[in-house]
Amino acid sequence: MNTLLRLSAVAILAAGTAAAQEQKPLVRVGSKASIENVILGELLTHLVNSSGAEARHRAALGGTQIAFQALTKGDIDVYPEYTGTLTAEILQGEQVRSDEDLRAALARRGLSLSRPLGFNNTYALGLPDAAAKRLNLRKISDLARPEHAGLRLGFSEEFMNRADGWPGLQAAYQLPHRPKSLDHSLAYRGLAAGSIDLTDLYSTDAEIAYYKLRLLEDDRGYFPEYHCVLLFRNDLANRAPQVLAALARLEGAIDNAAMSEMNTRVKTDHIRERQVAADFLASKLGMKVELRREPNRLWAATQGHLLLVGVSLAAAVLIALPLGIWSYKWPRLGHGIMALVGIVQTLPSMAVLACMLTFLPIGPAPAIVALFFYSLLPIVRSTLTGLKEIPNHLKESAIVLGLSPRARLWLVELPMASRSILSGIKTAAVINVGTATIGSLVGAGGYGDAILAGIRLVDIPLILQGAVPAAVLALLVQGGFDLLEPLVVPKGLRLAAGKS
Amino acid sequence: MLELIDVAIKFGRLQVLQPTSVRFERGKTTVLIGPSGCGKSTLLRIMIGLVEPDQGQVLIDGQPLTPASVLSLRRKIGYVIQDGGLFPHLSALDNVGLLARHLGWTRLEVRSRVEKLAELTRLPQEALAKYPAQLSGGQRQRLGIMRALMLDPDVILLDEPMGALDPLVRYDLQEDLRKIFQTLGKTVVMVTHDMGEAGFFGDRVLLLGSGCIVQDGTLDELIAAPADDFVRRFISAQRLPGLNGKEVAP
Repeated sequence: MNTLLRLSAVAILAAGTAAAQEQKPLVRVGSKASIENVILGELLTHLVNSSGAEARHRAALGGTQIAFQALTKGDIDVYPEYTGTLTAEILQGEQVRSDEDLRAALARRGLSLSRPLGFNNTYALGLPDAAAKRLNLRKISDLARPEHAGLRLGFSEEFMNRADGWPGLQAAYQLPHRPKSLDHSLAYRGLAAGSIDLTDLYSTDAEIAYYKLRLLEDDRGYFPEYHCVLLFRNDLANRAPQVLAALARLEGAIDNAAMSEMNTRVKTDHIRERQVAADFLASKLGMKVELRREPNRLWAATQGHLLLVGVSLAAAVLIALPLGIWSYKWPRLGHGIMALVGIVQTLPSMAVLACMLTFLPIGPAPAIVALFFYSLLPIVRSTLTGLKEIPNHLKESAIVLGLSPRARLWLVELPMASRSILSGIKTAAVINVGTATIGSLVGAGGYGDAILAGIRLVDIPLILQGAVPAAVLALLVQGGFDLLEPLVVPKGLRLAAGKS
Repeated sequence: MLELIDVAIKFGRLQVLQPTSVRFERGKTTVLIGPSGCGKSTLLRIMIGLVEPDQGQVLIDGQPLTPASVLSLRRKIGYVIQDGGLFPHLSALDNVGLLARHLGWTRLEVRSRVEKLAELTRLPQEALAKYPAQLSGGQRQRLGIMRALMLDPDVILLDEPMGALDPLVRYDLQEDLRKIFQTLGKTVVMVTHDMGEAGFFGDRVLLLGSGCIVQDGTLDELIAAPADDFVRRFISAQRLPGLNGKEVAP
């Protein structure tokens, strides 16, 4: 007996040590939703994996706030950010003037930043290289020369209106031009077609190489600097020091031309971000990156999507059904309930997701909660309508029979309202399938990943890879509910409906 | 059995029922008759607790009808409305047996009782498996009556039970129903606006006008000695056979 105990204790210990040795530290990499950021996220992922840790990439998070919040809460460990964004947007109002200020402000949040990776993705003014040569334009201050007063400037709406955009630029360089505003993506075509001479752009845009543009030097240092840095949690140094050393290899390694080229390969050559990142690491750092086979995206996306829709819908049914019943039993309370779920319905999905992120980790949870909220209205309303529409003489019939209120609800009223309730659940489910695509803004997975990536990459086939299965799933859900109807709606009701 | 003491009700400013007291004797069939809006249906609805009177008391077997007692007292009363009031999602059998099942009867007990009632009301047995939408108006009404009789109550209340039936079906059902009431010895209160029906069923007829009982007696007494001009006009307006063209006694 004693021996047996001792043996098993040894076995457990051995198993435990083996597991501990096997266990690689998990490092969660984040990236914001732009081509450049996803490439950078893939670079980090490769580096983390090569350092012996296990990387998980939460790609294409839906904005600066979401990514930064995820980092401070510990949903992710590291993500690429820009110094200008840090000072002007994230730490706005904290009077960050120097590098020391910045590091101190981050340290208060348990965060650190790497040295710059090398490129500065700031606003710039650009024009076709040939025209620049002909006009002898090198610096922004050259534009102030009288012979260039007739140049046609076309700027994006945002640039025209931002304080650090055109208004400030015009004042800083004393420029005489009257630019017109146009969509950023049209600006490049305008340059190529010759309908405008010069536009604003980001200094690592993929189009710079494609359209052979020259960027004018900001010789008075007007534009704020947007140096790319890695933002990471301080606890990473304890958990996985080798990872930090690996990531540090990117410091100073990516100049504007290299970043712009990677962007071009993804955007115009349609090469996947992880491939582009691997190629860069191979050529620049001599790293051999083994690209793991990607799991079947469609199947994983389908599973993710079903999880979002299924869980949110089930929770909504559990909550909305009683809400609908209470609204029916107590009409005054019902007005309040209907008003509340109506308001919930009008909240913008981004706002709901952002709110959820304050107390839920990125991933499926915040998306499920948001979808749950959006499912309430159709189910509450259909329950209320179904119960209200029961003819009065039948409600009274149940009363005079001597059934208790509870028995009336379960034996008469709910069965009679079943068709209406089911149709409300069906509506909620179908809407959910569509709405669940926003989940990928918070790393929830599902078909939205392909759709958002497709939008980011202007890649219609990729958009369809998400949109078509979503549409098919919506049809299947609809069909499924139609098959469910005979099981849920009593036969007598269907006969009665057929007759009338 | 069934007694109303000083019961009155207003809907808004309209006095639908003046303070009224009436006793319904055990084993007798009483018909409430009168023009639309006279308060006859309201009186019936007060008796089953669908409407709560502003004043007065309803006694069932000597027990006052209160919010606390209403559920158990309702189970001692059968209530029949126009077209049976059947639930469309339940089969004929389940409609009739709904309350009994809820009270814990076994399926078998319910089935044998319902089959007996079908015999009594002359409903074909094969109709029991069907749904209300698959049945005729007369069959639905027979089911409504079976449902009211299911727990063998002492009192049966009927609110215009034949209102929706065509004359031939109605004729048969009236015959059957009277036979049932006589055999079972129930206390029956029936609301109708049809004088012929009132005379056919009623051991006693209560004629209501604008919220109060205008005359209480047998149909013969009403015809022979109308209490007032309203009763006279009401009876004349009915074109009773045998009365056709003749004047009601002044």
